[in-house]
Parts: sequence; structure tokens; C-alpha cells
Amino acid sequence: MSAIGVTEGSSQPALREAGVVPEFTDPNDKPQKKRRNSRKGYAGTNNTNTWKHALKTDWRLYTLLILPLLFLLIFRYLPMAGNVIAFRRFRPGSSIFGDEWVGMHYIEMFIQDPTFWRVFWNTIILGALTLAICFPLPIVLALMFNELRSNKFKRIAQSISYLPHFMSIVIVAGMVLQLTSVNGTINQIIGSLGGETMPFMQLPEWFRTVYVSSEVWQTVGWGTILYLAALTTIDPQLYEAARIDGANRWKQMWHVTIPGITPTMIVLLILNVGTFMAVGFEKVLLLYNPLIYETADIIATYVYRVGITSSNFSYAAAIGLFEALIGLVLILSANGIARKLGGNSLW
Amino acid sequence: MGSRPTQTIKIKDSKSYSAFRVFNGIAIIVICAVTLYPFMNIIAQSFSSEGYINAGEVNLIPRGFNVTTFEVVMSDSMFWRNYANTVIYTVVATAIAMVLTTCFAYALSKRHLKGRSFFIGVAVFTMFFNGGLIPNYVLINAIGFTNTIWAIVLPNAISVFNLLVMKAFFENFSEELEEAAEIDGLTTYGILWRIVIPLSKAVMATMILFYAVSFWNAWFQAFLYLDRRELYPVTVYLRNLLAGATGTEQMGGAAGESTQIASNVQSVTMLLTTLPIICLYPFLQKYFVRGIMLGSVKA
Repeated sequence: MSAIGVTEGSSQPALREAGVVPEFTDPNDKPQKKRRNSRKGYAGTNNTNTWKHALKTDWRLYTLLILPLLFLLIFRYLPMAGNVIAFRRFRPGSSIFGDEWVGMHYIEMFIQDPTFWRVFWNTIILGALTLAICFPLPIVLALMFNELRSNKFKRIAQSISYLPHFMSIVIVAGMVLQLTSVNGTINQIIGSLGGETMPFMQLPEWFRTVYVSSEVWQTVGWGTILYLAALTTIDPQLYEAARIDGANRWKQMWHVTIPGITPTMIVLLILNVGTFMAVGFEKVLLLYNPLIYETADIIATYVYRVGITSSNFSYAAAIGLFEALIGLVLILSANGIARKLGGNSLW
Repeated sequence: MGSRPTQTIKIKDSKSYSAFRVFNGIAIIVICAVTLYPFMNIIAQSFSSEGYINAGEVNLIPRGFNVTTFEVVMSDSMFWRNYANTVIYTVVATAIAMVLTTCFAYALSKRHLKGRSFFIGVAVFTMFFNGGLIPNYVLINAIGFTNTIWAIVLPNAISVFNLLVMKAFFENFSEELEEAAEIDGLTTYGILWRIVIPLSKAVMATMILFYAVSFWNAWFQAFLYLDRRELYPVTVYLRNLLAGATGTEQMGGAAGESTQIASNVQSVTMLLTTLPIICLYPFLQKYFVRGIMLGSVKA
């Protein structure tokens, strides 16, 4: 594998050396730098590793980078810097970086805000429930698909399970609201079993159940794809060997299949931990109403109401920054732990 | 290979495993039924009369079959206007996204490119940390995108996931072919436009699908930055319909008629909004699956 990589990587400089591709030499380059470059394995004695050289040979490639990098700078990195308004007073219409420093004023404000702590715990609970339920289920479903003998049935079942993933969140919210409404299917079932009908979306104690169920419905099928891809890469000889050693189907699953998908599991777990704090903002925003704020209101929706609805931008930015930082810390630590434990990590 | 090995396994199946297989098959049928139910329910409601829906008697089969609700929804000119907006936004946004992502992915796929890992890092970091709602909102307002198509089509032009999938694909591209083209006098642009893109139809199609579906389904950007009804995409139209309906429901059972009409209209609107995706889904689905696997194998 690595040998192939080396030949691929060096083929172009090798061609240059052979004179097929024009060679560029820079007379101003210092000899010291040359030696350092040669260590990196680039075509030996030439100064191919300087920026000047790179820009000269690859300037067309660099021009391809201009627009995408400009995009990232404006729409991704500028807002990151814009978070500075969490520490500055912002007036609508003024600079996006705010007007004057107010230090930790807004940070202190939300730490003393009881609503913030309510939404903070709602976010943690909803995030933890989603992680605990939506992470393992795709693995189970993928294993179930894997045990199906009929390929046709398997294909149809998979296609059906992916379908909800392609629905707009607005459609999903609409379906949830209809199914849980007083005359919706769920209440019909309750009614036919002799129970009392319930206005689910007006009862705070039901929001988490409804939210997590809809999340399961929408994400589990699609979540199996990566595991099914990982399953196809398991060497069939391992199964054969296990059978010869007398392993039945259960033992094969336990000792061959599951270890085979463990790396995928770890990568996806890290990613899921990283998005832990970013629980479905759009879905909650579409589903909730003031009656169920008690359990449904999360940090992101609170930021939305404080910032956009009430135009309290600096305060909302402070809360949003806090949330994003927790998310970053979570993914960094999850990755660190995974790397320490088993060598499988995102980077 | 065929049937032989399967049969040997079959003989070896223990009783408990056979029982498990039966259970497994039934469980998967149940899962599929539950997955499909909400769709069937919407279709049934779309063709039912309001009275039956209100009485809670519509599940899988339409009751009091009628198509008047379709006529009601389809005669609303705002609905069609917003539908057309969705088409325009999707096409423009997908085109912009494809240009930016292809250029970026192609440049990043060149292993000899100096600064390559830095540029990859710059892109990947945005997956883990972002500016957040408020700074983004302030920025879009500050550059004057409010109530323009740009607020919808520009801010999400590069999906880092799609970028990585495409980069992985280009990395596997035959280097000899590109070198040959270079010797024949094509520049980098020529190679990309005349050699690489025509030979990458599969991955290009997958990426177009990924982007198009996500832009078709998007609503929040539009909800946030557009405040004129005639600019809304159909998802925001639907969202407002849903929000209105829940509003009347909260007021209590007395709101009767408006709720039942709404739930009927809601179903029809939902159905019409998803129709393109549902109709294309059987044909597109294999591309999606191939696309995500392409990314995962490399990542």
C-alpha cells in the first residue's frame, strides 16, 4: 500500500527529472534549504519544495483554490471571528464586530440566567438520549440486514429504511405533528385500546419521547449504510476459518462481524459525540411551542429567541459561543480517548 | 459460487438460529411498515374528506375519497410561486456548490500541491467548529443579502463532507492520463474540464444529487433571511401552514373547522412538496448509497 503511494507521489517529479515536464530552477534559492528539501524525498537535488517554486509550477491549481478559500473565509471564518460580539456591545446596523468592549458582561449574564440553565440541561438530556438510542440502533439494524438470505428482500428493506433521510425536516415535523395530534394515528391506537386520548405536543413530559422516536425513524436506516459498507470489507475467509473452528452463526457474528465493524463504530461514535450539543435545532424549532418549553427548549432555540426574535445579539452570541466550545471540546476529547484506547480515531 | 455454499450453511443452521432468522425477517418487515406508515398516512389523508380526518378515522385507506383539497392547494398562486422559487434556488445553489466544490476538491487531490494539508485542515476544521447562528445572521445582514437569493444559495455552497468524497475520488484518478494530457499541451484547467470532469460522471452525479436534495429540503436560511412571501421556497410555505395549524389547535377543540381544513391541506402540501423526491427516489437511491460509501471507504 505504502509502496504504491510512494511511486504515485514521486512519478511527477521523476518525469520532471527526465526532462519530460519542464524543470523550473530558482537561482536565488539558498543551498541550506536544498538539503532540507531533499530529505523530504522530492526529486533529489532541486529546490522543488519552496513556495516560489510551487506557485510557479502550480499557479493554475492555486487559482482553483481562490474562490473556495474566499468562501470559507467569508462564510465560515468571518462568523467565527464575529463571535467577538459576545464580548462587545453590538448595535444592529453597526460593525459586525460590535462597538465597545464589555468584557465578560454577557458571559456573567447567562451564567446567572435561570432560563439558560434550564435549556442547558434540556440540551444535555436530549443529546444524551439521542446518542444513547440513535447510535446503537443502526448497528443492530445493519446486523439484522446482514443475516437476511434473500438479496431482493434485503435490497427492498434497505431502500425503504433510507427513505426518511431524504425528507425535509419540515415534512418530518409535519408528520410528527399529525401523528401525535388529538385525532392522529397514535391517539386512535390509544383510543381503540380503551385509553384516554392525549394532546402529546402540549404535554412537556412527552416531548423527549416524541423527539427521539422521530429521530430514530428518520436516521436509523441511513445510519446502517456505513456499517453495511464496513461489513462488505470483512474477509470471507475469516468466516470460513471460524466455521472450521466450530463457530456457529452467533459466535461468527460475535467474533468476526462485530470486530470487523469496530473501527467504523468508533469513528461514528466520535462524530456523534461531537454533534452532541448540536441536537436538532431545526426540528425542535419546528416542533415546540410555549406550552412545552419546560422540556423542549434547548440552547440553540433559546439563542434563536434571544438573538433573532428579541434582537439581543451580543447576549445570544455569548450563549452560542459557549455551546460551540463545548462541542469542540467534546469532539477533541472523544478523539483523544479513542486514539489512546485503540488507535482508531478520526485524525 | 452460487447455491452450493449457501446450502452447506443451511444444513449447519442450529434450531435457535433458524428461529432467529424467522424472527429477524418478521422484525424487518415490521420496521419497514413503521417506516412507511407516515407516508401512507399522508397520502390517505390527502385524498380523504375533512370529516373523516377530524373524526380520526383515516389511517391507511382514504375515507370519503375526494381530490378537492388538491384543487384548493393547487389554485393558490402563492404555492406555485414558492414552488418555482424552490426550483430556482435549488438549481442555482447546486450549480454554485458544484463549481466551488469541484475546484476545491480537484486542487486538494493533487498530492504534490504545497500547503495541501493546510488547506484541507482549513476546510475540515469548519466541520467541528462554526460561527454559530448569531454571527452568521449579523454577517448576512451586514453584506446586504437579506431578501435576496444570495442569502439562500451562497452561505452553504461547500459541504465539507461532499468535498472529502470528491477529493477521495479525484485522488484515485489515473495520473498517467492527466500526465499524457499535460504533455499534449493541456493546462490544468483544460485537464480538469476536458479530461477529469467528463470521466467523473458518476461522482459528479452523486454530488449533484446530494446538494440538490439538501437545497430542495432546506428551509431555515430562507425562513431567517427572507421576509417577503413571494420569495419563500415551498418549505417555508409549508412551515407557515404547519405553524398556523398548531396555533389553532392550541386554542382548543373549539377551533374545529379551521383545524380540519388545515390538516387536510397540510397533507396535500406535504405530498406535493416531497413528490419530486419520492418519484425520483427509486432511481436516485443507488447513487446516494454509492456516494456515501465512496466517502466512507476513504475516510
